[in-house]
Amino acid sequence: MTTRVFEKWYREDRLPHIFCTGCGNGTVMNCAIKAVEEMHWEIDDTIFVSGIGCSSRAPGYMSTDSLHTTHGRALTFATGVKMANPDLNVVVFTGDGDASAIGGNHFIHACRRNIDMTVICMNNMIYGMTGGQGSPCTPVGKISTTTPYGATEPVFDLAELAVAAGANHVARWTSYHTKELTRAIETGLATEGLSFIEAMVQCPTAYGRRNKFRKATDQVEWMRTHAILLQKVRRLEEEGKPIPEEHFAVGEFVHRQRPAMGVRR
Amino acid sequence: MQGNRACCEGALAAGCDFFGGYPITPSTEIAEMMALKLPKAGGTFIQMEDEIASMGAIIGASWTGARSMTATSGPGFSLMMENIGYAVMTETPCVVVNIQRGGPSTGQPTMSAQGDMMQCRFGPHGDVATIAVVPSTVQEMYELTAKAFNLADRFRVPTFVMSDETIGHMREKIVIPEKVDIVPRKPLLKGKLPFEADEDGVPGFAEFGRGHRVHVTGLTHDERGYPDTTDPEVHEKLVKRLYNKVESKRHEIADYDAVNTDAETVFITYGPCSRTVRQVLHDHPDECIGHLNLRIVWPFPEETLKIFANAKTFIVPELNLGQMVREIARHTTGEEVLSMPKIGGHIHTPAELYAAVEARK
Repeated sequence: MTTRVFEKWYREDRLPHIFCTGCGNGTVMNCAIKAVEEMHWEIDDTIFVSGIGCSSRAPGYMSTDSLHTTHGRALTFATGVKMANPDLNVVVFTGDGDASAIGGNHFIHACRRNIDMTVICMNNMIYGMTGGQGSPCTPVGKISTTTPYGATEPVFDLAELAVAAGANHVARWTSYHTKELTRAIETGLATEGLSFIEAMVQCPTAYGRRNKFRKATDQVEWMRTHAILLQKVRRLEEEGKPIPEEHFAVGEFVHRQRPAMGVRR
Repeated sequence: MQGNRACCEGALAAGCDFFGGYPITPSTEIAEMMALKLPKAGGTFIQMEDEIASMGAIIGASWTGARSMTATSGPGFSLMMENIGYAVMTETPCVVVNIQRGGPSTGQPTMSAQGDMMQCRFGPHGDVATIAVVPSTVQEMYELTAKAFNLADRFRVPTFVMSDETIGHMREKIVIPEKVDIVPRKPLLKGKLPFEADEDGVPGFAEFGRGHRVHVTGLTHDERGYPDTTDPEVHEKLVKRLYNKVESKRHEIADYDAVNTDAETVFITYGPCSRTVRQVLHDHPDECIGHLNLRIVWPFPEETLKIFANAKTFIVPELNLGQMVREIARHTTGEEVLSMPKIGGHIHTPAELYAAVEARK
């Protein structure tokens, strides 16, 4: 993906960034910027909001007004921004720990309210910023510093959670699927109500090296080969066939027009 | 008018246009009244999923330029501490009303207390300085709530209305002024950085959506707003400024009544205890009993103690086990300081307070 056309959306004086070599977050940021650019949004009408974690450092590199908040609470701040001034375009960056553990309650209520904003969750299946502790999205059996014998808890399916909670647009892709991810974000930006885009990302430093991914690209390749289109997953389910182990669904989970809050007057 | 309603009326008169809250006794009437009145006044009311979220929402709204507010009581106040600290660090103006009830924990939901006075001063982690007003009448509830918005905007700090169940649920006649002074937030001027303070220690406000392209973070940041978390100088400069912009102005911020200033025995009170002392003074008009009623307790106006030049004893009745009395004792110079703690939900009787005066004769 070329980046030069997007330069205006980034703060050059904030470089170098803090992301590790091989991190997938930058890819997701570029996809988000491309989608925003496609929407012809203006820098001065756009607010990026985030909580705490690697993903949440993203707004700090954006040239818009941006709000880097407390752990798990980004959606509450974003709710205040959007409800107080619906003319602003609000995009929230979050991560799997930020959105589903400490911020789980805010997440389901933001989806339920269906506030007109787009939430992009970089799911690296680990707490990266603090050095690799297990999150609610760490798959069973995987190694983290707090699951040294393998994770034992079932994982949260964030996309299905967002659907159940009421979000108008929900999709999941990965940092490998940049075209699909960009399109999903763009659809999200254009959708009235809450759009939740889950972007699976590689984390070579905190996740990959403990879980047999020797290189960042090994995990990207794993995502490519283990992502199954949602339609195929549904078909397998209908046929009563099992979903292959460690595979996950990608695609558009829902796109609907439930009444939304915080819509531009 | 009920105290909690006077709080709403004062807020609306001061231009409050965003309320995020969560129901909790004995503050709920404030949320109910705001739900009724704010939409008709062109503002926004939103009931959030908890008090953490309420605090987040009013901070977010404040960055769009709204005069934002929440109201709660002890358990909710505890939950708000995280984001109150964020508001301090990011210099976000907002008003937090705490209609105090008996604690700790769920405690006495329907009974009066002043147990959160130190929590509102030292609740968030890290070094903070904030402002707290305390009304002793329904009239003061109206006026001080309105004033809290001006203080929050002027100093860019969370400002607390530290009332209690007694004043919140009391009904009293009040006089609504024709106009309430509204001192708007100082905007960020061209050429200035978003967190570059003026001489008063307060930076101009870079409202969202106005082209300032400001980055707001709870991390230690430089004048541009960019995180710089390992340079000791950056941290010291920032946190000392946040602290001093309030503490150094305590004399100017101070708001109090001083009665019988040549008295030897002086009551120092805030909130409902001031009413009992007024009754004692009313019942014993020939005796010279001093009274200092504090309408602003934080930053603590230590200079006000010097007004009572002949004071030998300061008596401090409070609806807790002795909180503000520690701050008072810290600033006295040899005078006796007598704590009169009371918990359980009832306020002191005038007889109880007068007995303390008699014992000093």
